[in-house]
Amino acid sequence: MTKRIQALCITMPKIKEKGIDRKIAPAIVDAARLHIELPKYEMHVLSNGVELYLFNMGTQETMMVNWILDAGNWYEQSNLVAATTNHLLKNGTASKNAFAVNQHFEFYGSYLNRNCYNETAEVSLHCLSKHVRELLPVVAEIMNESVFPEEELDIYKKNMHQRLKVNLQKNEFVATRMIEAYLFGEQHPYGRFSREEDYISLQQVQLKDFFQRYYQNGKAVIFVAGVLPKDIVQQLEASFGKLNWGKHSLPVNDHTLHPSGEKKYRLQNSIDGVQGSIRLAKLFPNRKHPDFPKMQVLNNVLGGFFGSRLMNNIREDKGYTYGIHSYLMNHIQTSALLISTEAGKDVCEPALVEVYKEVERLRKEPISDEELLLTRNYLIGSILSELDGPFQVASRWKNYILNGLNEEYFYNSIRTIREVSPRELQEIAEKYLTMEDFYELIVV
Amino acid sequence: MHEDHSTPMAVVNVMYDVGSRDEDPNRTGFAHLFEHLMFGGSVNIPEYDSPLQLAGGENNAYTSSDVTNYYIQLPAENLETAFWLESDRMLSLAFRKKSLEVQKKVVCEEFKEHYLNKPYGDVWFKIREMAYEKHPYRWLTIGKELSHIELAELEDVKEFFFRFYRPINAVLVVAGHVNTANVLELSEKWFGDIPSGEKNYRDIPAEPGQLAPKRKAVDAKVPLDAFYKNWHIYSRLDSRYYAADLITEVLGGGGSSRLYQSLVKEKKLFSNIECYHFGTVDPGLLTVEGKLIKGVKMEEAEAAVEEELMKLKESGIEDKELVKVKNRTEAVISFEDMSLMNRAGSLAFYEILGDASLMNSELQRYQEVTAENILEESRIIFDEKNSSTLHYYAKN
Repeated sequence: MTKRIQALCITMPKIKEKGIDRKIAPAIVDAARLHIELPKYEMHVLSNGVELYLFNMGTQETMMVNWILDAGNWYEQSNLVAATTNHLLKNGTASKNAFAVNQHFEFYGSYLNRNCYNETAEVSLHCLSKHVRELLPVVAEIMNESVFPEEELDIYKKNMHQRLKVNLQKNEFVATRMIEAYLFGEQHPYGRFSREEDYISLQQVQLKDFFQRYYQNGKAVIFVAGVLPKDIVQQLEASFGKLNWGKHSLPVNDHTLHPSGEKKYRLQNSIDGVQGSIRLAKLFPNRKHPDFPKMQVLNNVLGGFFGSRLMNNIREDKGYTYGIHSYLMNHIQTSALLISTEAGKDVCEPALVEVYKEVERLRKEPISDEELLLTRNYLIGSILSELDGPFQVASRWKNYILNGLNEEYFYNSIRTIREVSPRELQEIAEKYLTMEDFYELIVV
Repeated sequence: MHEDHSTPMAVVNVMYDVGSRDEDPNRTGFAHLFEHLMFGGSVNIPEYDSPLQLAGGENNAYTSSDVTNYYIQLPAENLETAFWLESDRMLSLAFRKKSLEVQKKVVCEEFKEHYLNKPYGDVWFKIREMAYEKHPYRWLTIGKELSHIELAELEDVKEFFFRFYRPINAVLVVAGHVNTANVLELSEKWFGDIPSGEKNYRDIPAEPGQLAPKRKAVDAKVPLDAFYKNWHIYSRLDSRYYAADLITEVLGGGGSSRLYQSLVKEKKLFSNIECYHFGTVDPGLLTVEGKLIKGVKMEEAEAAVEEELMKLKESGIEDKELVKVKNRTEAVISFEDMSLMNRAGSLAFYEILGDASLMNSELQRYQEVTAENILEESRIIFDEKNSSTLHYYAKN
């Protein structure tokens, strides 16, 4: 058997006392000097025109294949059709029932996951590299021959409906879906959420239509990462090269945003709850906007990591919460800045006041050089660690490719992190962190 | 020491041999509260996080019933910063009053967020108290109640530190783009002069064998009835642990597992069902947990679970099913080992268990489990006398 890990074990010898000054920090190499490089991919095109991105790297004999289709809820005619079609891909084909499909993937210790997003829907396979040959043909089968049995749909509807009931008791679940609805509008794919009646009205025929249009005759790209077999391209060609992908043009659905007119909300969800969920949000342009990389740096200062201002003030100084975060949403069309925390019921309002103070401070005062250096170094360090491993590299590239970006975007972001000035960040804050435009919600 | 030059990063992992099982029953939640205090500054360094972030590093920590683990990941060029920070807080904390007061509040919010403000959040308090009578697994790592955390004083913090956080109770793992000679030198430089302290010998009461079934029913404001049944299993170091682990895979591992196929898909009694255990160092619990379909009677649901267990106890498993659960285990281990941080954490944990090299024989231990072992262990474990059952009813 091969060794799982090479390691060396040493018991420390007794040594003599020596004088070191523990008050002085060791010298560091800072962000400007750390070498950072985005590993490249290898690209192939299958005979039906499907693009294949390969990331052949890694230390373990494991791999991932990710199929991304234009089949998100952007394309559905009624609520939950895209997500349900995606979820039930595994629940039966012309020749295998749901149990047989699961049995096949699980026998090889592999994981076949489905995920439905706004624009895209994905199928992803994680497996030991030695088993991929047995698995690809069955993935092709579920993407081309799924039948969506009536009974499977019934079980799914009932179980999801039950799960929804449990989730609706959680303030954080309610808060997250409501803030998105205020921000984008309930009719917009970004603001839409599931209701009891949506589950009840789901019909098999809707799934079959959606499947036929967006899977069997849809548009896909494939990402493959890990320690790859030599003939991986041939294997993928054999299973996916003949599928009818990319032949039909998909409808261009123009969904317009319908942000709510009202900005401030207080909702009562659980009478005897001990914490409230606070959400603040404001629309922000997508990744292609020139201010996006600067906003990412500013977001980090505000609430993007453990050393952020919100965390320092609201957790580490006041003890109002276990955690508070801000982030930019990863949507293709329009992004948004979100601030989110769970705080003691009786300190929600004071916590909100502190959040506004921190936002205002970013508008009023330039960030000190010291704080900005820390943020730069932290960000570069975290990008370095995020690039560690084949799946992470593929995932970053996937994000770029789906957003129509390339490595220039990556190096531009790095440059922004290294060079953006306190004055520029204050300008971004003045321009975008306008408090009157924030949606504000507390759910207790 | 574990060198891996495929990454630009380094990981420094310090694991202390102390967890919530080492707590006083009247002062529970202390090991975890203490973990928070480890970030409140040390004797020579007023702030822990900022210098690390300045060096491009990230860190976190966790406390379990058995151990407390602190880990840093940073660009390998800045490795020494991690040594400086970790060694100073092993030397001594700053013991500031403000830090204690704030972290007590933060931990109380964590308690509320995860255990009080969620439907079914209190389930594990009830199960642990029912299943354990003597062993400190009777309480959760977060603590028995909020008041225990609120009671903590600075004196308790100091005493805990000098009893448990000594080098002799710690394992240091350095991994990644580093070289052994340099790491040895840095280890001596930063950790070498910290007094090694006295080994903490545990005197934890063993849980006596359970002689009769335990049952409890509660009403709560939740939307669905839920079923929880638990059986005592083996310690992490027991050779039978591996068979017990594979049994949870047979019953609850994925969409082709026995409980899911039979009770969710065929009989439609549960909307979801799981089977798992926690891998605790001392003998732990194996749990079957499920939410019932509205309208299904608890007794009917339990009888159906028992029927599946009876099948396992009577007929065991087929070879193909055994290969499946072993393949799944091999894959889980491989995926886990993709992350440098996980590899460092595993090395530390196995060293605390007695020998870091156990990490390399783990997969072999699973491969050696036979269908007969599964049959035999399932008969021993799934004995009604060994069970603690919780019926959790939705009350409108």
